[in-house]
Amino acid sequence: HAVHELIIQKNVTRSERLLIKGGRIVNDDQSFYADIYMEDGVIKQIGDNLIVPGGVKTIEADGKMVIPGGIDIHTHLQMPFRGTSTVDDFSQGTKAALAGGTTMIVDHVIPEPGSSLVEAFERWREWADEKVCCDYSLHVDITHLNDSVKQEVLSLIKEKGVNSFQVYMAFKDLYQMSNSELYEIFTFLGEHGGIAQVHAENGEIIAEEQARMLEMGITGPEGHVLSRPEELEAEAVFRAVTIASQTNCPLYVTRVMSKSAADIILQARKKGNVVFGEPITASLGTDGTHYWSKNWAKAASFVTSPPLSPDPTTPDYLNTLLASGDLSVVGSAHCTFSVAQKAIGKDDFTQIPEGVNGAEERMSVIWDKAVVTGKMDENMFVAVTSTNAAKILNLYPRKGRIAVGSDSDLVIWDTDATRTITAKTHHSAAEYNVFEGMELRGAPMLVICQGKIVLEDGNLHATAGTGRFIPCSPFPDFTYKRIKARKQLAILKAVPRGMYDGPVSEFSPMSRGGTPSASTRTSPTKAPLRNLHQSGFTLSGPEEAPIRPAGRRIVVPPGGRSNIISLS
Amino acid sequence: LVLSQGEQTICTCTSDRLLIKGAKIVNDDQSFCADIYMEDGLIKQIGENLIVPGGVKTIDAHGRMVMPGGIDVHTRFQMPDRGMTAADDFYQGTRAALAGGTTMIIDHVVPEPGMTLISAFNQWREWADSKACCDYSLHVDITEWHKGVLEEMEALVKDHGVNSFLVYLAYKDVFQLTDSQIYEVFSVIRDLGAIAQVHAENGDIIVEEQRRILELGITGPEGHVLSRPEELEAEAVNRSVTVANQTNCPLYITKVMSKSAADVIAQARKKGTVVYGEPITASLGTDGSHYWSKNWAKAATYVTSPPLSPDPTTPDYLNSLLSCGDLQVTGSAHCTFNTAQRAVGKDDFTLIPEGTNGTEERMSIIWDKCVVTGKMDENQFVAVTSTNAAKIFNLYPRKGRIAVGSDADLVLWDPELTKIISAKSHNLAVEYNIFEGTEVRGSPLVVISQGKIVLEDGNLHTTEGSGRYVTRKPFPDYVYKRIKARSRLAELRGVPRGLYDGPVCEVSVTPKAMTPASSAKTSPAKQPDQPVRNLHQSGFSLSGAQIDDNIPRRNTQRIVAPPGGRTNITSLG
Repeated sequence: HAVHELIIQKNVTRSERLLIKGGRIVNDDQSFYADIYMEDGVIKQIGDNLIVPGGVKTIEADGKMVIPGGIDIHTHLQMPFRGTSTVDDFSQGTKAALAGGTTMIVDHVIPEPGSSLVEAFERWREWADEKVCCDYSLHVDITHLNDSVKQEVLSLIKEKGVNSFQVYMAFKDLYQMSNSELYEIFTFLGEHGGIAQVHAENGEIIAEEQARMLEMGITGPEGHVLSRPEELEAEAVFRAVTIASQTNCPLYVTRVMSKSAADIILQARKKGNVVFGEPITASLGTDGTHYWSKNWAKAASFVTSPPLSPDPTTPDYLNTLLASGDLSVVGSAHCTFSVAQKAIGKDDFTQIPEGVNGAEERMSVIWDKAVVTGKMDENMFVAVTSTNAAKILNLYPRKGRIAVGSDSDLVIWDTDATRTITAKTHHSAAEYNVFEGMELRGAPMLVICQGKIVLEDGNLHATAGTGRFIPCSPFPDFTYKRIKARKQLAILKAVPRGMYDGPVSEFSPMSRGGTPSASTRTSPTKAPLRNLHQSGFTLSGPEEAPIRPAGRRIVVPPGGRSNIISLS
Repeated sequence: LVLSQGEQTICTCTSDRLLIKGAKIVNDDQSFCADIYMEDGLIKQIGENLIVPGGVKTIDAHGRMVMPGGIDVHTRFQMPDRGMTAADDFYQGTRAALAGGTTMIIDHVVPEPGMTLISAFNQWREWADSKACCDYSLHVDITEWHKGVLEEMEALVKDHGVNSFLVYLAYKDVFQLTDSQIYEVFSVIRDLGAIAQVHAENGDIIVEEQRRILELGITGPEGHVLSRPEELEAEAVNRSVTVANQTNCPLYITKVMSKSAADVIAQARKKGTVVYGEPITASLGTDGSHYWSKNWAKAATYVTSPPLSPDPTTPDYLNSLLSCGDLQVTGSAHCTFNTAQRAVGKDDFTLIPEGTNGTEERMSIIWDKCVVTGKMDENQFVAVTSTNAAKIFNLYPRKGRIAVGSDADLVLWDPELTKIISAKSHNLAVEYNIFEGTEVRGSPLVVISQGKIVLEDGNLHTTEGSGRYVTRKPFPDYVYKRIKARSRLAELRGVPRGLYDGPVCEVSVTPKAMTPASSAKTSPAKQPDQPVRNLHQSGFSLSGAQIDDNIPRRNTQRIVAPPGGRTNITSLG
């Protein structure tokens, strides 16, 4: 077996010093042969014939690929749910991640609507610090909006190491945000260097469709996908793109589940929008036909939102867009419930707790579906499983790259290994696996996390509580260079005119047939009351506006911002 | 140019019998040479060597084009706005329309929130009946949503000949409806067999932008377009397409003003959505650069929503899409205010009453921009100025076609006639014309409305109040054939399963973390085949078919879905 090809010179499983000899280092930009020497959890040397201290544990890679450990940018471990929580806690979940070659996770903090974001964040920190077996970071979901929420967002960005915040366009009357609220949040995040993540589905229409399905007597898991057609996902993505471009805020669409949604993202990127799409293991590896399974428990295990598409060509299409760079990163959205928990919704699909597994299978699914099929090469594989995530969240090059000074989170990847996914052998605590029976080529042979071997010979040696919280700082270059440049461009100018001194019609200031009544407005000719864009926008002087200039150019950055119409 | 050969040349405007000789009849499908004989406002004969009564007034067309009179699908004459009234009333407005070759208009009834639809409708009927000089019909705008509105819509469709309703995605806190409300309105419209029209702009974001622009100290008309970028128009079009697909309801986008919005419509049509796009005279003939004019009054004249795009390539692009069929009909959205009325917003662009002129210029602008440039031929010109509108709103072939039995609304068109549009010579009550100085080729020479000559030798002979209200039946074939076929396809099936009898987790009663709380739900598992309220009584059935679950991953599965539209019609296998 593949694992036996490793020649372990010293039988020490816990070593602060490690040498990988004869590996082919695969980064997102190139592959090359070199040895890697690690000490204290950091890569110290890369090259041939390294001079290393004696007694160092040496791993013979035999020309196999050594890649940066995967970053699972989207997990819901130990997520509270109506008094219980998901079955994979931070220990179980990170073990599953490590077993699949992922050495860092980014989990979502979900504050109860109305409660404090910082408190929820601290609670998640507590849960995670006690149990995680690998490094982690946290996204914080914004589930309600008021002024104190903004203050909390600011302190999370400045003091707590959070730079990504998710908002929901679905889950009406619970998490869902209105367009105005999205605008406000995006504006705020754009100013403070955060990344706006969205759960993109039109919650209003879903609520209508759910009511219709239930009234028609459709109560099983198929009702879940029937009430959430992919057009509603695409619509919400389109809307989020519009608002993000309006507010000049980088956008990150979590869980890209359908072809239509992916298409909107790629079109937006072609128009120049700063938007990233995250397909998940499930949408890349399986489809929504299983909602029609006669086994209720099995069908229910696929329930997640947006749902898996019943169109069986979806996974192949998403893998293609991932390979072409139109989609950027892959998460697992790992959020597992037991059958008994799912059974809360046995008589009503809207009550089924949502989420699928995928942390353990993520890397292998992508290798099998995208690399083995020739869609992408090994470097692109590293980009979508690790590097791009690190860049987006400002963790690069500490994470996501094999380089001197980077964290020693490494995976020796065996391209020939083949395994069959089954709930019998997986590391998740759930009874079902959405990839059950799938044979996947490509698997980690050895996983090193924080400089320690955690997977070897098929055995996990993970220790709960050893993972560290990795703070993410704001204004990641990868996302904000373009945003900053666009801010410079966004100069709005008023036309200097003499005062209009002609006759003015009498009118009643009540409701009107043409424009919204503007009741709460003060005299607008005064100085700006609240300048949302203090760094970028200026009121500059007069501008000649010829009547019909033939060769006029509109200066706008690609795709973006519409309000930047400076006529020259 | 026009030869009046009959004996009764004096009484031109009251003759009930008319013969046009030597016409090149242009319909949307073909052109051919023939004579046309009209009597009592109807076309009675078409052909050569017609046998007609003696003493008939005869017009010799000399081989010139005679086409169906234009239908302006979108006007807002006499529209009330905060105690003011649009400057062109039904008399002035329809006169201008006739002067431009348009023989029918469809106006929008805009009920003030709180006013019932029927009383608003009756109000508009009263205004129009006493003043309109040509036939007219009415769209009704839905400006708020509750159960009473539903019943009124039903009455309007069944008893008052209305088959189109407009909803607003903009004008927050005034007319704007939420997505859920639009879903419900569209469902009702589909059941009634009407057309859902939308004013497509994202009103939520516009309000935010308006506030921001005002706070930056930008108060002039340029703030209007800066606060309503075209992306917000495209977004709203996309959203309404989604909701229309979901509800299997035909959709009609009024005022397509930007390239982005037009693109969304074109894409949706390519995916099979039943959607129609209506560019207006202004978006086809001019652009939004004028908002930066230093003449406040002039800049304010261009204020309309969605705004004219500052991108000067927009008119050409929209004309191209109109020519290739991606956009189908043209309105004028004629809604004019004089300078004193506009000046209500002299210190705050959000208060400027909105609307532009265009009913008189509509046909000439399209001829000049599309036919003269070779984008479309004369038949397509007839389609986009008249026939398509008649088909969509179920007026065809009474309107929109020259055929025996059709209304005698005709235009003798002179493609050579050149005019320079100017407020000095237009037939409107306002001081500015947004097409000022534009030279257009192509104009009506003679206009016949209800069998009477109303324009001849450049003189209008209109009669106030002579226009009739034209009722429109629901379920227009042109629109609903596809909708009906799709609702037959839309079978939703539950999967028959044994009852789940395993363990069930105990949970607290707080709403679950991931889906909306559905409180008012009864236990639905008992009777999986008894719909409580079936919104789709004609189409949906609950059949017992299911897929074979023994094979976990099947590769040859097909999804049966009609193009673009499918509303949850995922029947597998």
